[in-house]
Amino acid sequence: MGQQHDDLPVAARVRQLEERLIAAGLATDEELDAVLTRLYTRASPVNGARMVARGWTDPGYRERLLADGNAAAAELGLGDLVSSYRLKVVANEPGRHNMIVCTLCSCYPVSLLGPSPGWYKSLAYRSRAVREPRAVLAEFGLRLPPGTEIAVWDASAESRYLVLPDRPGQAADLPEAELAALVTLGGLIGTAAV
Amino acid sequence: MTFPPGTRVRARVGDPDHHTRLPRYVRGQVGEIVEAEGVSPLPDDRARGIAPPRIETVYAVRFPAAALWGTGTHTVTVDLWESYLEEVG
Repeated sequence: MGQQHDDLPVAARVRQLEERLIAAGLATDEELDAVLTRLYTRASPVNGARMVARGWTDPGYRERLLADGNAAAAELGLGDLVSSYRLKVVANEPGRHNMIVCTLCSCYPVSLLGPSPGWYKSLAYRSRAVREPRAVLAEFGLRLPPGTEIAVWDASAESRYLVLPDRPGQAADLPEAELAALVTLGGLIGTAAV
Repeated sequence: MTFPPGTRVRARVGDPDHHTRLPRYVRGQVGEIVEAEGVSPLPDDRARGIAPPRIETVYAVRFPAAALWGTGTHTVTVDLWESYLEEVG
């Protein structure tokens, strides 16, 4: 997000919105800058990938991750990144696949996944993920066996979801940092296997 | 907390003329409470400037695709404020 977009129409719209918020006394320029800085300097799928890799290597951590995502993030020094929402981690298993969507807008754990991809915010993904997830996943290149159940999570309120992918079999003996490098943004959203 | 896990609930029907976070595709549909997620101000009240807004429990509610769309074997779990729901007797 480091590039300048001052010349795009959306930049003017965003600035108008900021000015309305400031005029209404709801925020100051400094506060808005602080929020963006906090969000984008550390927001990255590397954070989510670290949590996944720890979950793969440490069964106790996996249990805590699924029981209380915020506490599990804090164990890895990421607690402040998830302080503004309840983090719910959902685990893929053989025969069960999870994927996340926000049909009403584009809710998503930005601090752990990085800025959301354009397609995540598209009307096509938001409407089709809840209706025909198997077809959507196939278009992402993920062809699930017919017997695999699909659980779609629509983040319509204050929880933010993260998928814990199933650990790939060939990755059995890799150290945690190398396991983390296998995890993709799509894997954390549920549009890829890992 | 009013609805324990496993409770069958129906999402309310209707089309309010104000902001709501009850997605249209689950209105009138029956689902099952997965868990309570904690409490949160009701967005319908916040958007209308009602102060203080109602503070309600938010639930994860699971709906079968076949009920929502008439087809499909997947489930869709939606996060819904308590006043969006009524227990199915």
